[in-house]
Amino acid sequence: MTATSPTDALSYYGRPIIKEPVWQPDIPLYLFTGGLAGASDLLALGAQFSGNRRLRTSALAAATFGTTISPYFLIKDLGRPLRFLNMLRVVKVTSPMSVGTWIFSAESATTGIAAGCQLFGVMPRVRATAHVLAGLIGPAQATYTAALIAQSVVPAWHEARRELPVLFASSAAASAGGAAAILTPVEHAAPARRLGIIGGVAELAASKLMEKRLGKLVGSVYHEEEAGTYSRLATASTLAGTALMAFAGRRRVGAVAAGALLLTGSLCERFAVYHAGKQSARDPRHTSIPQKERGGRAVTQPSSRTGNGSSPSASTR
Amino acid sequence: MGSNMAENHPVGFQWVMEARLKGATVMHVDPRFTRTSAMANLHVPIRAGTDIAFLGGIVNYILEHERWFDEYVKHYTNAPVIIDERFRDTEDLDGFFSGFDPQTRIYDTSTWHYAGMPVQETAGERSKGGTKGEQSGHGAQGGHLSHGEPPEEDPTLQHPRCVFQLLKKHYRRYTPELVSQICGCTREQFLEVAETLCANSGRERTSSIVYSVGWTQHTVGVQYIRTAAIIQLLLGNIGRPGGGIMALRGHASIQGSTDLATLYNILPGYLPMPHAEQDTDLAAYLENHSGSTGWWGHFDAYVISQLKSFWGEAATEENDFCFDYVPKIDGDHSTYQCAMDMIDRKVKGFFLMGENPAVGSANSRLQRLALASLDWLVVRDFVEIESASFWKDAPELQTGELKTEEIGTEVFFLPAATHVEKDGCFTNTQRLVQWHFKAVEPEGDCRSDLWFVYHLGRKIREKLAASGDPRDRPILDLTWQYATSGPTEEPSADQVLREINGIGPDGRALGTYADLKPDGSTSCGCWIYCGIYADEENKAARKEPGGEQSWVAPKWAWAWPLNRRILYNRASADSKGKPWSERKKYVWWDGRKKKWVGEDVPDFQEDKPPTFVPGDEAKAEDAIAGDHPFILQADGRGWLFAAAGLMDGPLPTHYEPHESPFDNLLYSQRANPTRQLASRRENPYNPAASDAYPYVFSTYRLTEHHTAGGMSRTVPYLSELQPELFCEVSPELARERGLEHGGWATIVTSRTAIEARVLVTERIKPIVVDGRTLHQVGVPYHWGSRGLTTGDSGNDLFPIALDPNVHIQEVKAASCDIRPGRRPRGKALRELVESYPSTLEASA
Amino acid sequence: MSHVWGQTPDVSVGAAGMKLADGVETYGPEAQPRLGFFTDTSVCIGCKACEVACKEWNLVPEDGLTWTGQSYDNTGELNANTWRHVAFIEQQAPDPLKHGKQDFRWLMESDVCKHCTHAGCLDVCPTGAIFRTEFGTVVIQDDVCNGCGYCVTACPFGVIGKRELGGDGGMHKCTLCYDRLQDGMEPACAKACPTDSIQFGPLDELIERARERCGDLVEAGVSEARLYLADENDGIGGAGAFFLLLDEPEVYGLPPEPVAPTKHLGTIWGAAAVAAGALAIGVAAAFVGGAE
Repeated sequence: MTATSPTDALSYYGRPIIKEPVWQPDIPLYLFTGGLAGASDLLALGAQFSGNRRLRTSALAAATFGTTISPYFLIKDLGRPLRFLNMLRVVKVTSPMSVGTWIFSAESATTGIAAGCQLFGVMPRVRATAHVLAGLIGPAQATYTAALIAQSVVPAWHEARRELPVLFASSAAASAGGAAAILTPVEHAAPARRLGIIGGVAELAASKLMEKRLGKLVGSVYHEEEAGTYSRLATASTLAGTALMAFAGRRRVGAVAAGALLLTGSLCERFAVYHAGKQSARDPRHTSIPQKERGGRAVTQPSSRTGNGSSPSASTR
Repeated sequence: MGSNMAENHPVGFQWVMEARLKGATVMHVDPRFTRTSAMANLHVPIRAGTDIAFLGGIVNYILEHERWFDEYVKHYTNAPVIIDERFRDTEDLDGFFSGFDPQTRIYDTSTWHYAGMPVQETAGERSKGGTKGEQSGHGAQGGHLSHGEPPEEDPTLQHPRCVFQLLKKHYRRYTPELVSQICGCTREQFLEVAETLCANSGRERTSSIVYSVGWTQHTVGVQYIRTAAIIQLLLGNIGRPGGGIMALRGHASIQGSTDLATLYNILPGYLPMPHAEQDTDLAAYLENHSGSTGWWGHFDAYVISQLKSFWGEAATEENDFCFDYVPKIDGDHSTYQCAMDMIDRKVKGFFLMGENPAVGSANSRLQRLALASLDWLVVRDFVEIESASFWKDAPELQTGELKTEEIGTEVFFLPAATHVEKDGCFTNTQRLVQWHFKAVEPEGDCRSDLWFVYHLGRKIREKLAASGDPRDRPILDLTWQYATSGPTEEPSADQVLREINGIGPDGRALGTYADLKPDGSTSCGCWIYCGIYADEENKAARKEPGGEQSWVAPKWAWAWPLNRRILYNRASADSKGKPWSERKKYVWWDGRKKKWVGEDVPDFQEDKPPTFVPGDEAKAEDAIAGDHPFILQADGRGWLFAAAGLMDGPLPTHYEPHESPFDNLLYSQRANPTRQLASRRENPYNPAASDAYPYVFSTYRLTEHHTAGGMSRTVPYLSELQPELFCEVSPELARERGLEHGGWATIVTSRTAIEARVLVTERIKPIVVDGRTLHQVGVPYHWGSRGLTTGDSGNDLFPIALDPNVHIQEVKAASCDIRPGRRPRGKALRELVESYPSTLEASA
Repeated sequence: MSHVWGQTPDVSVGAAGMKLADGVETYGPEAQPRLGFFTDTSVCIGCKACEVACKEWNLVPEDGLTWTGQSYDNTGELNANTWRHVAFIEQQAPDPLKHGKQDFRWLMESDVCKHCTHAGCLDVCPTGAIFRTEFGTVVIQDDVCNGCGYCVTACPFGVIGKRELGGDGGMHKCTLCYDRLQDGMEPACAKACPTDSIQFGPLDELIERARERCGDLVEAGVSEARLYLADENDGIGGAGAFFLLLDEPEVYGLPPEPVAPTKHLGTIWGAAAVAAGALAIGVAAAFVGGAE
């Protein structure tokens, strides 16, 4: 080793080109609890329409938990938590975090109102309206976080921009189903079980599809280090949870176990994605190689004094 | 060469970049590939300490291929002068010139003189105390020549003893092959440099040589510069725009520091310090040191005016203008001798202002032991530097060589104001004096050096006021009145400048040193600065932007002497006063106006025509002919051959550094025979050509740090740029010695061992010297024990081995060993060092 | 200048290149010519005056005393506490400006925030702290930023960082010395640079100059000389701070073809919408078959 930069020169001393996200594990927790909340609100709405009160209560409980704790994690992760409210200065379509702030604020408000009404047994019409609103916001709540992650330069995230929303949505569904299955007596929990299975299967499929579409270079992060560990854990947990829910979900013990596994799987999947991003950001090749292959106009050599010039030929090395 | 200008003078280097953008060729000859090399058109790696061989090779090339500027050489240099028939060259005496006394190791230079007359080097007398070259080199080297012309000359340059032929003979063996063998560069690289230099010199083009301490800090340092002077004189580059030799000094105002005499052996304006034995009174002093021709012919006016500026009214003709008040030297009191005298308890107390010898001087371990031997020490600096804190954090405390409780030195640390907290000026490498204004008041107890010296003097005078002892008169009779102002009673720097400028009999500021008189009617602190306050204007404070004046920019600040920007600029015109070319015209003779005109202040008497021939009894400047531009020399010529003034030879000769793994390939005499060594316990030497120290090493500076680190290792923004001491080695050396990039190495000499991080880099290449591979090691010298970033001091590795003319230390080339890993601590460190061979003998 | 509704406007790309045509809409009469940097790395001497001047003017904290052994670069990268970073690359590569067969060169480059035309950081900032100034530069308002860190993930160049460890918790980067610009002065780094490697001025002038300089170098034999981020058709719409490089961008640690993530905003929201719809369908499907 010398003071010379590697002459295969795909990097500057092997240093990352982009920055590793500064987000702490608070963020995957924020993603997970947010997704849980959104899908749970939707589940609660469905329960409302189908007259399944017990399910509605459980789903609402899960949603309330989610919408309370999710912002907590987000605010905790801020460098200046007291300035959280500055997020409400703007509405920027280019910023999923800006849009998302409004989404989860609305979701928190409506869920809270519904929960409050439920808890104190008052204002049933207000409660119903709140349910509907919360439920309508639910899908957005469960998917904007994927947009947030994808709207970045982190290769493992940005290159999975088409797959991440489906992954997050299905993960949310699996966790909502799982949570409701734990909290609801089995005779009322069928939709929860079904949602858990649908979500679980979709989550497994989406994560595999995502990894495949990322390609060998970038996709490799899901087999390495923490992302690899969490990914394996997520797959195992979700698979086990889905299977258990399908075959043993009608029994209380089975439902609880399956629900816990689905929740664990969903949580681990978020952590896998989180770590995948960090690992991908750390590796300069993930940024430089795909960009070089794509080509473009960042590098130009003026062919004449006034012309825009052309791109220089490939490396002369 | 001998310079890393981009790294150490980055702001000045912008002009080199501008020149390069305009098509100039930049060549960098240096042991390491540095940030300067990155910007140069050619980098030639050479062995540290072999520049004279390289430059001598260029001299040989010029002479062999007849590339010298004939008309310039014939008229403006002493090439035609015939030298004393007793002169013998190093070619005759295998590395010695005639006149060497092996007992005293001093040359009797009388055989080097011009034939027919003694070019009495006015400082010819040597005292028994070994004032090696004290008064030489600064003053009237020319000595006494009648009507400014040497008695014997051959204008055809054929006479075997004329300077030109002696030059040829002296450098005949410095062939490209030999240069390659000694220096380690290839023949092709050397020839490229030589040819490019020659091709770019002459009427239409000029080339410039730039150097710094990479040239001066050798036991043959002065001779390095002399070789460059020979090249530039042969090529006709001196005194011409785009030519010359630029000495980049190592500190913002070190030029000013020598101009105004912080060196022990000179008075301001490079007047020699009087010697106790030889200069018994003013008449003797003037007799011993005056030159009769050239501008040194007015030596008496400069001296007496200075004495008047020191003692004012009290200095009269009757009392020799208080000449007796001037302290006399009686030996070598140079900085290294002083340090050794401290250890020997001959020096009891010391004022240390703006210097950090515990890190910055060669054999810094010896420096620390010296400081620990003092009774008292006053240190003035911005921060508590290592030289002030040695009693608690010197490395010798860890090895047990010193114990804090046994150190008797009482240290007074007085904080200093920075340059933005006081008025004053910097004098830089181009003799440019630039004024700076106070921007803020200093904080707390910080005070400027001017404040300190002035008020110290004031208090001492108050204490002595009632004394009747004649010994106190020198202090009491001083002119010591300056206006003070502000909350700290800061003395007026502006007034001091005016005093330096000089005042005439009418009480007004003088405009030129030509107006100085030896009759006591004028006063002048420093004759070369006379004119800086002309017309009662602080000319150093002028800041007219470059874009609003001529390209010479005379209205930005002020350059000594007399705001001349290029010295000896008479040489930019031919002997008839016509510019050598339209392209390179600078100063020329206007026949109608009957004076010299041009872009700059002519460095010549304005009305002396080119055809002027001095009369037989002519004196001083009137003894210089109209076609001899080098007016400070007795014969007005540029000296290819230095007939007087130097301790170690009239012609530069390749000698090996004092510590070197190689023998001298040219002569049996290995190193400079007159170099100054010190044979004492604290100063062991590596034995000559010892296998234990097979590598050559050199110290250097980084852009990010400043000298001994007091001003940079205490600043976070600079410390983070270079946060650790490191050494630079080639991949080959790393393999050979098992060094790991990013790991540690220990570098060992017979003085001590230091540790540094290892930077393996291809910028250092192994070179082939005398048929075998040589590895060089580079060590930045900035680190010490205090600051945000600390480390071992590079200067701990060097011995005291000095140039005999100016006593500068050889810290640019020495030999060492390097080994992997960190160095031992405590006593084990001394054990490691002592396991290596060393000698106390000051070898031949 | 933040907006409650809609997209924060980018600098408009005029016909003559990257300069603002009649100013950004939001500024109206207050709009100024777009200012920026042209960093000519071919004349960089690696002195780091830019790093120091920037820190002194902007009171940026010291960033860690760590010796890296990466040539003379102990700074490492741009981040919250380093807004100018000088890179050093020692290469076994021919230097066409050197005489003879010298197969070695030392590249030096002063890196800085690119002040992109399409700035990912600005697009994703959820508080509106990051905004476009009247000079076309991108600046973070320290009193608004809450340190959410989203901008860090959206910068294709890895410029922005978080000031943690006893700092203020917010995100920081080069402001192009906005305060100095408002007083008609040049940024501190440009002022300090002794060789004019860092040139400051109206962007269209700089591009003209850069094209000429690059052309001169290529003509002189430096075939690898190239401009980086000088073309409005690249993934960030060209930069307000662009470069003349002597090798591939990735050699300097720069992305070869950076793209602001906002380019795919439509796809991203579209995919989210599809997924949201699928979730709704999925939940509905879960109710088929009754409560048991």
